[in-house]
Amino acid sequence: MKTYTKEEYSKIVKKNSPNSPILKNCFLSFIFGGSICSFGQLLLHIYMNFGLNIGDGRTAVSVSLIFLSAVLTALGLYDKIAKHAGAGTLVPITGFANAMVAPAMEFKSEGLITGLGVKLFVVSGPVLVFGISSSVIYGIILFFFGL
Amino acid sequence: MKRIGHYTLETENSPSIISYASIVGKKEFEGPLGNFFDEYTSDSYMGKDSWEKAESEMQTQALRLALDKKELKLNELELILAGDLLNQCISSTFSARSSSIPFLGQYGACSTMSQTLLMAAIMVDCGAVHKAAAVTSSHFCTAERQFRLPLEYGGQRTPTAQWTATGSGCVIVGSGGNIKIKRLCIGKIVDLGINDVANMGAAMAPAAADTLFEFFKDTNTVPSDYDCIFTGDLGLIGSDLLYDLMLKNSINLKPFHKDCGLMIYDLKKQDAHAGGSGCGCSASVLCSFILNEMEKGNLNKVLFCATGALMSPTSSQQGESIPGICHLVELVRL
Repeated sequence: MKTYTKEEYSKIVKKNSPNSPILKNCFLSFIFGGSICSFGQLLLHIYMNFGLNIGDGRTAVSVSLIFLSAVLTALGLYDKIAKHAGAGTLVPITGFANAMVAPAMEFKSEGLITGLGVKLFVVSGPVLVFGISSSVIYGIILFFFGL
Repeated sequence: MKRIGHYTLETENSPSIISYASIVGKKEFEGPLGNFFDEYTSDSYMGKDSWEKAESEMQTQALRLALDKKELKLNELELILAGDLLNQCISSTFSARSSSIPFLGQYGACSTMSQTLLMAAIMVDCGAVHKAAAVTSSHFCTAERQFRLPLEYGGQRTPTAQWTATGSGCVIVGSGGNIKIKRLCIGKIVDLGINDVANMGAAMAPAAADTLFEFFKDTNTVPSDYDCIFTGDLGLIGSDLLYDLMLKNSINLKPFHKDCGLMIYDLKKQDAHAGGSGCGCSASVLCSFILNEMEKGNLNKVLFCATGALMSPTSSQQGESIPGICHLVELVRL
């Protein structure tokens, strides 16, 4: 049978495979991500009106967004929004909350310790590992060079 | 059983399909083939406490439905050949554990329906068994959590990704039925270096092309000799690549070809991207539309070629490419 070499086939596959709609994805991420951030800002104003100072207000905003994200994940709505919003729901703090709650819900069927406990960081693990590692490196640089 | 040419086998004692049944999930039921399935469930858990148990239950029900249709008893079966996508084929083994019927687990990824069917045909043809069941299943939720990410995780799929079908199909192979299993072609593993797990159609298309080419060569036939040639789950991209690979060998397959992955969902309305996949996809399409149309006489001579992408999350993470496979079963209505 006449067939292609791996290189030729790879080119044909690339030609035949549609790309993700980048422009549309960017636009929707901008709208959704921007809306989440604006909503955060709105919450901050509300909390400050209730007498919180700006530091506590910001903490309260993070807590609120994480809570909302967890609730939406639990209701099975978060992934439906994220399907359209893409990076718009992934990048803000809501994405991290979703990445924690989704495995927690999913792996509880394998038990509290061997399932939920082990798999809780299955998605967010790399973010923590590399986030914490880079903050340590940054801290060392700051300590020695006082940037 | 005799060998024709280099790869093809021909049955001599006319093993036939004596009964069949399918059960699917909600999304599959809402697709274009909805009316052809025997049963559907809108509860992804099927009343069980895990999706794995639900998938197992689907296999049990598909087998029961197939037996009930022809008033067969479970103990008339002398062998169950079953497979699914999960590690250690748990859906199949857990489904068969209360049956007390000899069991052979099969794994061929999405090609498993062809694999179990051709094994059953060989077993019946050589007289090793009188009646055997070929059962496979897949479940969107069990496959997602084993191969990809937690279900509620908010991610985006690429346009080339396929949707694992929730469904199960069961064929009872014996003798005396109207639909005969005539020729078989066991596929080779073909790998043209695709390592994108979100483009499995591209990984499987060369295997489908290889099996079809060898079968046509061995049997000295052409696509127009068949009413329809059904491939497993190549999806949109895989089907186009299959046409391309066949044209390279001067075979125009497109007018005679349908893909189970493209038939099970309405791609415009159902958000299945490049089409359906999973052992339950080709199994439920075979055990509904294809065999139904054959029984009615709308299709008389059919090639059923389920295709499989034989990767695991481990092999993919280690950068291995995806080996593809395709087994062919020729079905002829008397």
